[in-house]
Amino acid sequence: MTATSAGQEPTISWTLTWATARRVLAQLRHDPRTIAMMLAVPALLMILLRYVLDNPLALDRFAPEFIGIFPFVVMFIVAAITTQRERARGTLERLMAMPLAKLDLVVGYAIAFGSVACVQVGVVLAISLTWLGVQLPGSVVPLAVVSVLDALLGMSLGLFASAFARTEFQAVQFMPAFVLPQALLCGIVVARDHMTDVLRWLSDVLPMSYAVDAMQQIAAGASWSGLVIKDIGVILGFTAAALIGGALTLRRRTA
Amino acid sequence: MLDELSFALASCQVTGLLGPSGCGKTTLMRTLVGVQVVTAGRVELLGLPAGDPRLRRRVGYATQDPSVYTDLTLAENLRYFGTVLGLTRPRLAETITQLVAELDLGGLEDRLIGTFSGGQLARTGLAVALLGKPDLLVLDEPTVGLDPVLRRDLWAMFHRLAAGGTALLVSSHVMDEAARCDYLLFMREGRFLASATPQALLAGTGAADLESAFLDLATRDQAVR
Repeated sequence: MTATSAGQEPTISWTLTWATARRVLAQLRHDPRTIAMMLAVPALLMILLRYVLDNPLALDRFAPEFIGIFPFVVMFIVAAITTQRERARGTLERLMAMPLAKLDLVVGYAIAFGSVACVQVGVVLAISLTWLGVQLPGSVVPLAVVSVLDALLGMSLGLFASAFARTEFQAVQFMPAFVLPQALLCGIVVARDHMTDVLRWLSDVLPMSYAVDAMQQIAAGASWSGLVIKDIGVILGFTAAALIGGALTLRRRTA
Repeated sequence: MLDELSFALASCQVTGLLGPSGCGKTTLMRTLVGVQVVTAGRVELLGLPAGDPRLRRRVGYATQDPSVYTDLTLAENLRYFGTVLGLTRPRLAETITQLVAELDLGGLEDRLIGTFSGGQLARTGLAVALLGKPDLLVLDEPTVGLDPVLRRDLWAMFHRLAAGGTALLVSSHVMDEAARCDYLLFMREGRFLASATPQALLAGTGAADLESAFLDLATRDQAVR
């Protein structure tokens, strides 16, 4: 089919994007246990971290990093599985035969999971700052903003990764395959400055490094410093790239 | 693999695509709808290349699997797909009410699709395909596994739709459904054995029923090759 004979691909429509977001949220609503887990798991992990460290100073230092990572991981896996299911159950093929733009679907997912991420981060922050007594050197706002952006980053990477999974089993395997190496290299286990050059370079191209770096800056009292803004820019860039990549991997035609 | 298939789908007609499992019926239908990768050849329908974005509102497609969200209710599924097809509030609700009644799905609107029986699932898939009031309706084995009464009702509905101006292409591997079509495409191993009205096929082969006519044509085809 040549470009001249083909009609225009539909462009993103607010109505269809919104309808998709509402549909994804309705799916979640029918699955209360998943919602409960999405909201509770990051918070429970923070409580666990509090008792594992059992040291208020250490907790103040490490809590922000983990507040950034737990929602990232949860969102990655939820998005990867949801998108994989959409492919496996034929609903994606049905939608691709309808006047829906690929970006309607991808952005609809981002809106739906983004709003879940806001609640998720709200719960983690509320528990951490009150019950667990985490002390922040500055305002809570940068921490909350970066946490939600981290969750969105995890979601968009999960959405993108699902394109390479043929089965739900494979999609689940992407969690250890994509996320754990990033966790090892992001500066939580060993400071990035202490890594060998090769590992440091690897760390530089992985999105989670910037999520954790931003949190480390915030924990050190940097609030909206230039470094934090730069990290936020990189996180947004990775998110946008993964969403566009996710849209590009949706195929109208399959063999 | 499909070989040199060319055929006309008339509006106001139910065209049956019949042949054994694995003969290429689904591939042909997916090609028409524009979701199949076409490696060579040209496919056109309603004057446009298959898969053209302008066709996505005009062609309705129901796959063998219902391809709906099992974790949503019937009403939520129909509302979502209806919105994607461009229906807006008052017309959307009207269309859904009408389809639910026509497909005998009344009372199930607020139930999760995951709890539906096979027959209810098949009718749900059909309802989604009908939402956009398409000019061409491509239905892949829509009556498989349904009870005889429902099958009769569905065929009556197909003819009602055809009378309203829709062109229908309905596939089946059950020969007793062939007699219900206005026009038949007999398919085997990626090729058409025949394309004609049921009456013409019977007259041409001298067979007593369409099953024998198919066997007759298949045997002759094998002898030639």
